Amino acid sequence: MDSCNCIEPHWPPDDLLMKYQYISDFFIALAYFSIPLELIYFVKKSAVFPYRWVLVQFGAFIVLCGATHLINLWTFTLHSRTVAMVMTTAKLFTAVVSCVTALMLVHIIPDLLSVKTRELFLKNKAAELDREMGLIRTQEETGRHVRMLTHEIRSTLDRHTILKTTLVELGRTLALEECALWMPTRTGLELHLSYTLHQQNPVGYTVPIHLPVINQVFSSSHVVKISPNCPVARINSSVKYIPGEVVAVRVPLLHLSNFQINDWPELSTKRYALMVLMLPSDSARQWHFHELELVEVVADQVAVALSHAAILEESMRARDLLMEQNVALDLARREAETAIRARNDFLAVMNHEMRTPMHAIIALSSLLQETELTPEQRLMVETILKSSNLLSTLINDVLDLSRMEDGSLQLDLETFNLYAVFKEVLNLIKPIASVKKLHVSLNLAPDLPEYAIGDEKRLMQTILNVVGNAVKFSKDGSISISAFVAKAELLRDSRAPEFFPVPGDNHFYLHVQVKDSGIGVSPQDIPKLFTKFAQTQSTAIRNSGGSGLGLAICKRFVNLMEGHIWIESEGLGKGCTAIFMVKLGIPERLNESKLAFMPKVPPNLGPTAFPGLKVLVMDENGVSRKVTKGLLVHLGCDVTMVSSSEECLRVVSNEHKVVFMDVCAPGMDGYEIAIHMHEKFTRRHERPIIVALTGNTDKVTKENCMRVGMDGVILKPVSLDKMRSVLSDLLEHRVLFEAI
Amino acid sequence: MEVVQIQRRLVDYTKSLFMEGFLDGQFLQLQQLQDESNPDFVVEVVSLFFDDSEKLLNELTIALDQPNVDFKKVDGHVHQLKGSSSSIGAQRVKNACIAFRSFCEGQNIEGCLACLQQVKQEYYLVKNKLETLFRLEQQIVASGGSIPMIEMGF
Repeated sequence: MDSCNCIEPHWPPDDLLMKYQYISDFFIALAYFSIPLELIYFVKKSAVFPYRWVLVQFGAFIVLCGATHLINLWTFTLHSRTVAMVMTTAKLFTAVVSCVTALMLVHIIPDLLSVKTRELFLKNKAAELDREMGLIRTQEETGRHVRMLTHEIRSTLDRHTILKTTLVELGRTLALEECALWMPTRTGLELHLSYTLHQQNPVGYTVPIHLPVINQVFSSSHVVKISPNCPVARINSSVKYIPGEVVAVRVPLLHLSNFQINDWPELSTKRYALMVLMLPSDSARQWHFHELELVEVVADQVAVALSHAAILEESMRARDLLMEQNVALDLARREAETAIRARNDFLAVMNHEMRTPMHAIIALSSLLQETELTPEQRLMVETILKSSNLLSTLINDVLDLSRMEDGSLQLDLETFNLYAVFKEVLNLIKPIASVKKLHVSLNLAPDLPEYAIGDEKRLMQTILNVVGNAVKFSKDGSISISAFVAKAELLRDSRAPEFFPVPGDNHFYLHVQVKDSGIGVSPQDIPKLFTKFAQTQSTAIRNSGGSGLGLAICKRFVNLMEGHIWIESEGLGKGCTAIFMVKLGIPERLNESKLAFMPKVPPNLGPTAFPGLKVLVMDENGVSRKVTKGLLVHLGCDVTMVSSSEECLRVVSNEHKVVFMDVCAPGMDGYEIAIHMHEKFTRRHERPIIVALTGNTDKVTKENCMRVGMDGVILKPVSLDKMRSVLSDLLEHRVLFEAI
Repeated sequence: MEVVQIQRRLVDYTKSLFMEGFLDGQFLQLQQLQDESNPDFVVEVVSLFFDDSEKLLNELTIALDQPNVDFKKVDGHVHQLKGSSSSIGAQRVKNACIAFRSFCEGQNIEGCLACLQQVKQEYYLVKNKLETLFRLEQQIVASGGSIPMIEMGF
């Protein structure tokens, strides 16, 4: 062989070992070339591989390693120096790249590892979330069940339905074997089995309330696990039955008044029912926390629903009661109305029916009085008259009072003369007062308005009644009537504290006070005075003949006039003072001067109605003589005056047409003159008409006058019109028997 | 205008006399009797009454001062006074006289004395009032007005 630049391998080529090395190298090269191919293939597939540069490096390293091993194949035989050079270059490169790659890997591998731990962590987290999801779902389902239960419970207000529904729904939701409700008995000492889920009509089991297990349940606001063997859980009478897990919870029974939201579990009545729930015995179920919570919530809801039901029951009952009462009241009202109507009809009829005969009795009795009667007969007739007057007054009073009672009385308001009212009362009372020798005085304040608006008739009635009482109950002494306008400061009288008069512009309060010195009233009788039909002891004894209604009526009238009336007396025998105040309106200011000058009667027709009539007047009293003369002169008569009977007889002649003589002077016998005159003038037409002027009209005087043949009697004082009419009557008829 | 004011005052005053019971309707009658032929009728009558009454009161005082009171005489005087006062419408005087008479009948000296006092008091009161009335009337007449006629509704 020649010297070629070949390198001889160390080992002979035909060695077996060499052969094996040759094959291994070939396969290594193959593998080394295919790995990067695979890598590239898979990396191409995945999009997110972050380390491409590393892969390139790795690829390069592997390719070079493969190249190295491939080139190594040629070194087994004789090979040229070029091959050896390529081989060496390849090896060099491989060495460089692999070192770089190794260095690179130091950085990369921890990263790769951490990726792995993160993945593990995330897996754990996912598992945990799954678990929690499961829990939440369970809770939500519980909540849904509670809502549904509550809805069922609250959809009814009937106590039984509420409780029954609770049990049913609980049983369904929690898949219970049995559910029971024990309610406290009325006495509160026992629990009575009221409702169960499966037994239709629970038999009356009762357990005493003070068992320790029950106390344990009642003292806690949570669900309490109890032993299946305790009495409350043994509701199934069969002995074989052993229930599963049993829990019990208290259900507060709220009293209506204890419904305080902030105070939820703390109750003052502490009445509880017991709800017992049993799981099925054949399952190995345990009570879960969420189930217990559900039971607690339901128990509370049941309590609320029960209280609502109780409230509703109460209000329904109250409403029914009210309706009954309403019906009863309506009936009563209608009956009362009917009664009032009937009474009014009765009164209206009786009013007329009673008054007609009364009127007849009074009228005919007074006519009877005028006729000729024996003294006994006269006495009888007078008694009849007095009694019938009394009866008539009584009838009127009663009718008035009953009209006032039901408020149907109304005042007739009109403008009237206030002074006239008082004067009228005075005139009416004067005869009686003078008979009893009582002195009556009237004192009207100057600022009292002359005209007022009010009910004249009733005001007069009131004043008359009060004054009449004063006269009635006084044997002697004096009566003083005073009236004035009540001043604002004095309106609030301490004696009448309930009376609050309010002064105003168009009204005033008339204050009238009647003081008498009569028998008085004892202080304890004063309140009774104004009650109907009540007579004090003293009045009953005195037999005053009053009906006892007078003051009651006065009080009604005074009240109608928005006033007040009261009586004061220091005691029996010390007289009494009646005071009343009434509200009267002030009329519009009329033309005062017109009022004052308004004549009531038409002006005198003419004074000379009897021109030249010769008249003789005999009167001892100078003043009255002058007045009578003035009267007759005004009427146009020719008057001769004499002051004694002798003079009269001397002067009288047949020229005188009328002789007026005063016969009431004592010691003067006017009657004798008359007799003398009769003797003197025998012929009737010559005799002058003899008229007696007298101050009293009692029967004795009249009889005397008649006896002596006088033609007439006139009561002094004589008014002008009276005189005129008397004269005309006399001259027409020649007789006139009485002119008052 | 002064005349109207005085007239008004007269009207009010007269009314008050009636209201208070010093005078009654008889006085009005007297006023009605006064006319042109008899212009001072009222004044005359009233003056006569004053004179009469003074006399009677004096007599009464003397009579009641006696150791032995002659009640008949006293009664007579009181009767006269009563008559006069009723004739002119002096109501209070008349009422007092009525009371006086009853005491006379009862021969009650203390009562009579008390009544006499009362009568005198009433008399002087009414005299005073009437004099005031007449003064007002004179004032009106002096001022050229006419005396208003008062009509009372009773």
